[in-house]
Amino acid sequence: MSESPMIEVRGLTKTYHVGDVEVHALRGVDLEIQKGEFVAIVGASGSGKSTLFHILGGLTPMTSGTVHLNGRDLARMTNAERTDLRKTTVGFVFQKYNLLPTLSAEDNIRIVQYIGGRNTTFDPSFQEILRLLGITDRMKHKPRALSGGQQQRVAIARGLVNSPAILLADEPTGNLDSENSAAVLKLIKDLNRRLGQTILMITHDADAASYADRIVRMRDGRIV
Amino acid sequence: MILTLVGVSHGTLDQSAQRAKGVGADIWFRPPGSSAIGLSSAPMSDKIPALLMHEPHVTFAMGTMVQPLSGFDAMTGVDLDDFRRLNGGFHFLKGGPLVNDNDVIVDEYYAQQKNLHLGDTLNLVNHDWRLVGIFESGKLSRICVKLSVLQGLTGNQGRLSQIFIKVDNPANAQPVVDALRVKYHGYQIYTMEEFTSMLSISNVGMLKSFIGVVIGVAVIVGFIVVFMAMYTAVLERTREIGILKAVGGSSGLILNILFRETLLLALLGSAAGILLTYGTQWLMKHAVPASLVQETVYDWWPIATGIAVVGALLGAIVPGVKAIKQDVTEALSYE
Repeated sequence: MSESPMIEVRGLTKTYHVGDVEVHALRGVDLEIQKGEFVAIVGASGSGKSTLFHILGGLTPMTSGTVHLNGRDLARMTNAERTDLRKTTVGFVFQKYNLLPTLSAEDNIRIVQYIGGRNTTFDPSFQEILRLLGITDRMKHKPRALSGGQQQRVAIARGLVNSPAILLADEPTGNLDSENSAAVLKLIKDLNRRLGQTILMITHDADAASYADRIVRMRDGRIV
Repeated sequence: MILTLVGVSHGTLDQSAQRAKGVGADIWFRPPGSSAIGLSSAPMSDKIPALLMHEPHVTFAMGTMVQPLSGFDAMTGVDLDDFRRLNGGFHFLKGGPLVNDNDVIVDEYYAQQKNLHLGDTLNLVNHDWRLVGIFESGKLSRICVKLSVLQGLTGNQGRLSQIFIKVDNPANAQPVVDALRVKYHGYQIYTMEEFTSMLSISNVGMLKSFIGVVIGVAVIVGFIVVFMAMYTAVLERTREIGILKAVGGSSGLILNILFRETLLLALLGSAAGILLTYGTQWLMKHAVPASLVQETVYDWWPIATGIAVVGALLGAIVPGVKAIKQDVTEALSYE
């Protein structure tokens, strides 16, 4: 018997209301991502990929359809359960890094451990991830003292610290130069291979998408 | 602000009480309708002390006249011979008693604060006075001149502001007061103990109301300031709150952070406020010497801190609830 998908999306729609106008951001998306897969969702601006990212991350409620994350039905979840999902099941990497500016790199990671109700020490396997990301000597620095590439590596470490089932990355190289972009993408690929981490990456960049095992294209709120 | 105003109120009243006690009388006899903290007129006849001395147990009675000056100062017209009979007189640290009509004596505190020396000229009630003596503080008044001279200068010939009465035995003070209250109906007659106990904020009606209004204003101003500060802090941290929510931060956690920050702010503000009261003490001593006296009222430290904390926490509720209700994706895109 085959294992159930890590992410299973069926007939997903999302409609926004802008004044009297209805905007159909997603028009019936079906998607399956298996455990350990590294999938890139590619599409132009307005294709609905960011909306899909927000729904899969439990940040925005869907209009209709079903989404199962690691076997849990997102549509039936309350706000508190979605908060819990973000704490335990999903890790995020954002385009703008979204590190807390007043905390050091280390504390940015530890606060996520604290929120997740975990011991705020780094175990040997996480130390290995930090070493892999090449930021062990930058942990005491505040984000403003780090380069964009370093900030994104800290953000990746933060996304992985609670060992989430899924890592969602929204344009992780969107703010980086080509050299740093390549380095970060290699790291993400490496983490996927070494840890068997399921990764869903949103990008509009075909080069970035080429690092993924599978590329899913979106246009006008649909997968094509 | 609260601590400074309370300190000034306490300081002024305590100084008044100390000087009243220093007079050494057993009974204080004051005109009808007079306030506990000051005398602004001289409506009593100077024949009354002589009449009072015929009362049972009364051994001596002495009248003085009080003339308010600018600000919080006042000068007292006194007959030094009578004052000497009442309590042995002033203890002079420099110079000596009033001899000529233009002579003035001041207490040590006033001389120090105004940087006065013997022989200096003081212009008070449009009259030049020559400083002839500096006496130990804590008796009767800070500035004293001859009674008859002050009465003449202010058009109050034969009038007194207050009368101090000495009785044969302090134990007889209360019965004498009771008898005088019957005979001199409407006059404010107190044993000295009774009077000094009245010199507290809760017993001075107008001052109590004033302090109440000031505290009310301070609470409202503090509330608005903290409310606006917290509201701004939440707005400025919209993205940070979004990040915390995105990584699984619960509403309780975010409120907890806001409230702890508010509490810390209120406690630090209170500590700074307490330190500032020492600054205002210094400022009053140097900017308006020998006028307002500000005491450090330790009992009010926890009260003022409590007001600050409650005001701050109430002020954090609205922005706190706003932060909780904020949409994560909107918060994350906030610039």
